[in-house]
Order: sequence, then C-alpha cells, then structure tokens
Amino acid sequence: MKILVPVKRVIDYNVKARVKADGSGVDLANVKMSMNPFDEISVEEAIRLKEAGKADEIVIVSIGPAQAAETIRTALAMGGDRGILVKTDETVEPLAVAKILKAVVAEESPELVILGKQAIDDDSNQTGQMLAALLGWGQGTFASKVDLGDGSVDVTREIDGGLQTVKLTLPAVVTTDLRLNEPRYASLPNIMKAKKKPIDEKSPADYGVDTTPRLTVLKTAEPAARQAGGKVASVAELVDKLKNEAGVL
Amino acid sequence: MTTLLVAEHSNTALSEQTAKALTAATAMGADVHVLVAGKGCKPAAEAAARLAGVAKVLVVESDALEHQLAEPLAAVVTELASGYDAIVAAATTTGKNFMPRVAALLDVMQISDIVTVVSPDTFERPIYAGNAIQTVQSGEAKKVITVRTAGFAATGEGGSAAIEDAAAAADPALSSFVGEELSKSDRPELTSAKIIISGGRALGSKEKFEEVIVPVADKLGAAVGASRAAVDAGYAPNDWQVGQTGKVVAPELYIAAGISGAIQHLAGMKDSKVIVAINKDEEAPIFSVADYGLVADLFDALPELEKELEKVQG
Ligand SMILES: Cc1cc2nc3c(=O)[nH]c(=O)nc-3n(C[C@H](O)[C@H](O)[C@H](O)COP(=O)(O)OP(=O)(O)OC[C@H]3O[C@@H](n4cnc5c(N)ncnc54)[C@H](O)[C@@H]3O)c2cc1C
Ligand SMILES: Nc1ncnc2c1ncn2[C@@H]1O[C@H](COP(=O)(O)O)[C@@H](O)[C@H]1O
Repeated sequence: MKILVPVKRVIDYNVKARVKADGSGVDLANVKMSMNPFDEISVEEAIRLKEAGKADEIVIVSIGPAQAAETIRTALAMGGDRGILVKTDETVEPLAVAKILKAVVAEESPELVILGKQAIDDDSNQTGQMLAALLGWGQGTFASKVDLGDGSVDVTREIDGGLQTVKLTLPAVVTTDLRLNEPRYASLPNIMKAKKKPIDEKSPADYGVDTTPRLTVLKTAEPAARQAGGKVASVAELVDKLKNEAGVL
Repeated sequence: MTTLLVAEHSNTALSEQTAKALTAATAMGADVHVLVAGKGCKPAAEAAARLAGVAKVLVVESDALEHQLAEPLAAVVTELASGYDAIVAAATTTGKNFMPRVAALLDVMQISDIVTVVSPDTFERPIYAGNAIQTVQSGEAKKVITVRTAGFAATGEGGSAAIEDAAAAADPALSSFVGEELSKSDRPELTSAKIIISGGRALGSKEKFEEVIVPVADKLGAAVGASRAAVDAGYAPNDWQVGQTGKVVAPELYIAAGISGAIQHLAGMKDSKVIVAINKDEEAPIFSVADYGLVADLFDALPELEKELEKVQG
C-alpha cells in the first residue's frame, strides 16, 4: 500500500519569531527554516510501516515556495520514495491545502495519509481533519500509536483526559503527536541517494484549486510583554512574597 | 443571527470549558444555543441550560455519539449548521478534532484558538507559539471558531433555557471506539486550576516527580503539569503537558520547577497571573517571565516549600 505524507516548510522550532515593525506579519527574511517537527514524525512513521513490510511506497508532498523542495528532499533522505512540490509563493490556508491534498489523493490513491497535528507557524491544527472530511474518510488525530491492520487501522490518541484508541476503516487520515516516535536523522549516503529521487513540480491551478484566502489578516502584533520580576533569596522569602505581596496563597 | 456552541461534556457532566467558551460566544453578540450531543447526556444538557445567557439547549442522543468521535459528531453539527451564523467550540482535544471537519464540510475556513472577540467577525489568535498575535477577519457566511478557553472567564449560572431534542444525523460509520485510559486524580484539572505546579526534565524519574512535586501540589490544592521533556521521559502522563502543543493554562499561580523555559513551554503558561521559577541555573530563560525566581536545587527547595506552606497555612 501507498502512504502519502504532506510536509510543510516552517520557521525552525528553535527560532523565536519576530513580528515586523509595521504589523504586516512575521519577519522570515534570513530566518532558519526547517520541516515542521510533527511532519518529521509523520515521515518517520511512514518509513517504519514500510520497513515493517506494511507499506510499499511513501510519497512526500509539500505546498509552498521553490525552497519547499529542500523540505521534500529532507523527507526523501529520511526514506521517502518520491516527492510532489505544489509550487506557490502565496500563503495557502489549511482549507485550500486540504483541497489540494484531496486532488493529490485522487491521483495517487494512497491507503493512508499521515500529517502533522499542527504546523508550528500558523498553529492551526486543521489540515488533516479537513482533508479527512473532504475525502469522506475517518480520522485518527494526535496519534501516539498507529497499529495498521488489514483493512483498518487502530490509532491511540493523546486527549485532554489521557489516551483514547479508535479503529478506522481504511483508507484513513492520521495526524501525529509528539510521542509517536523519534524521527531519525538522514545518513550521508541517504542524503546523496535522495538527490536522485524524483520530485514532480505542480501548481495549485493544475489541481483546479482556488487558493485565495478566506480570512483577512488585519494586523500581526507582538504579544503583551511580560516584565521579569526579581529573584528571591530563600524559600521562606518566596512564600512570604506569594502570600503578602502577590496575594495568591 | 444565532450562534451554536457545541458543548464539551462527559455525558453525565458538563465541562467547565463550555462555560468559558460560552463567554466568547456571548461576546459575539448573537443569541447562543448550546448543542449537547452524546449518549445519556441529559445531565450535561440540564447543566448547560442553567448557564446564564443560553437561549436554548439542543440535545442529540445516539450510540455513535457516546465518545464524541469526530466523524459522527461533525455530521450532527453540519446538519444543524444551516440554522446558524456561527459555530463555536472550546479548543480542547475534542473541539480540535471535530471542528475542522465541520468547517471543511461547510466549505469554511476555521479560525482556531481565538483569545479575543474584537467584533462578531474579527478575532485575535496567537500564532508562532504565541510570539505573535494575529487579528483576523472572516468574510465567511458562517463562522467556525474554536476558543482558547484560558483567555476567557467561565460564564456563571442563573439561566433556565428550554431543552429540546433534535434528531441525530446518520453515523458515517468510518470509525469506532476501541478503548480509553483516562488518568484519574482527585486534584483539580489543569485547565481550570487556580494554582499549578509543573516539573521538568530535572526531576529525573517518575518516582522523584511523585515524591517531590506531588506533595507540594497537594499542600496547595494545585493541579500538576509537566514539560514535554518530562512527559517524553515518562515522568508524567501526556495529559499533564503544558505548552504550544499541550495544554494552555493561565492560573493565578504557576510554579515551574526544573523547567528551562523553552519557547514551546512558555507558549502554554506565560499568561499566568503570577509565575514562580525554581531552577539551579540562574541563566535559565524561564526567569525572564518569572515574577519570583529562586535559584536553587529543586530537590532542596521543594521539600522546604512544603514545610513553609505548612507554617503559613497553620
Ligand atoms: C514541535 C514541538 C513541540 C513542543 N511542544 C512542547 C510543549 O507543548 N510543552 C513543552 O514543555 N515543551 C514542548 N516542546 C519541547 C521544548 O522545546 C523543550 O525541549 C522542553 O520544554 C524542555 O523541557 P524541560 O524544560 O523540562 O527540560 P530542559 O530544557 O532540559 O530543562 C531542564 C532544566 O532544569 C534545570 N535543572 C536541572 N537540575 C535541576 C535541579 N536539581 N534543580 C533545579 N533545576 C534543575 C536545568 O537548569 C534546566 O533549566 C516542543 C518541542 C517541539 C519541537
Ligand atoms: N503547505 C503545506 N504543505 C504540506 N503540508 C501541509 C501544509 N500545510 C499544512 N500541512 C500539513 O498539515 C499539518 C497541520 O497543519 P495546520 O493545519 O496548518 O496546523 C502539517 O503538519 C502538515 O502535515
């Protein structure tokens, strides 16, 4: 079976985003960009399923600028088989991403699509669920365990109260949470090999998807800054201040 | 103009997250109907009817809705959507699961995790782990919105809305419930606690976490939280994780012990009223958001804190 893994190129998780002075957005010029961390987990999970003999091809897809090809290349170096870059310099909202992915699914017919639960730039946590809805498939979101069976998949999900396991009929959509696995680093020989793996280039128009944003961003601002307080010298002083100064005990 | 608020509940009880999301829904100005979809969920519906300002409670019951699985729940909400201009739910793991499904079925772009209602069509939401706040306007005919409940106070009781039954949509039968492991605790829930004490990687083991953090929590009547590192290492369960991709909290008092203060952790707690950091590294970034910083070894400081609390609590 085939697995489709959508990966997004985002600000590196170690970099603190800076808001542009004119309020028009976040400054990404000369900022380190990487694969969305949850998507690395998705790629790793797909590779493990292939290594376990449960999948035979992993297709990586990214919607973004020309540089998103590097993100696809990283996933191919980890163990993906081939890539599809849907090239656009515009911001594409999760709903439009889901529509493009739906069209890719129609062409590729994967049995499983594994996405990240959340992109760490827009923090939307929407795309996988939207894709599942548009396809009329079941969804296993925030997965900490994926158990692929015959015709179905059991997904253990991280929920507010603990863990929940659901069974989904295949084909299905899974979104990954942090505890699903620890993604591997690509080895040098695999990075070299990945250079020869094919990446198809497409555009949103090839899939007939209108990516015009539905939402208007009026402004992007710095959050209210928090003043650091002082240090206390002892536990006794801490308790005294919490009780008598802050009034929270 | 009417807003549909989809309740978060356990069938037998209404979650406080619903009362908080109601505050946001009410701020949008229209009448609010609350949907309680579940199985044997009359008690939750009755509790929803008592919330101030609720105009009507709709109850939908079916076997498929018992565990709030996304596919049947989204089918119910989508079918009811034609009568509403906005659909709102708390951004809990349940809300985050079914709401984007509703949005896609309605061909609407969802606005996730709002922290402020600026006007009925304009909202503020954090992006980039809370390092930027976006003001977004929706031109969609229907708005689909999830609410970051830490930013809203709970609406109180005092209402007596009518409760009406509504028909359940057909279950798309794409998924089924297999089982769950819910953490049981007598301590307050993270997202509604007034005081939280969280432990990080520095704790070193599950045993130490329980030995050092938990007794202080019990003294304070606090909920217990953890960093991702502590959860990954198995010192604490996943549902204790505070942060960008865990729970977002804003208690009166947040105590971070042995937590460095990574961007992703700060995203989940920096709106707390008072922050205390206990860390042996005086350069730790957590001190930059702390009102009170104590540079100390937590294995000395926390047992001492327990004793000092005993003194002031008499
Ligand atoms: C996609 C993504 C999502 C993430 N989401 C989250 C999230 O939701 N929540 C989250 O918390 N993290 C999240 N993280 C992880 C985050 O980046 C950090 O790795 C994590 O928060 C670190 O946890 P920590 O502070 O416990 O550990 P460390 O960074 O290792 O810090 C341990 C601290 O303990 C101190 N210390 C050590 N011994 C003692 C002692 N005896 N007494 C006192 N202090 C001591 C040290 O000085 C240090 O500051 C995420 C990361 C990624 C990539
Ligand atoms: N532009 C994109 N290209 C490929 N995958 C994407 C894109 N945007 C979102 N995704 C996928 O959807 C997941 C959730 O993103 P979001 O809904 O934006 O938080 C990500 O982890 C990716 O797997």
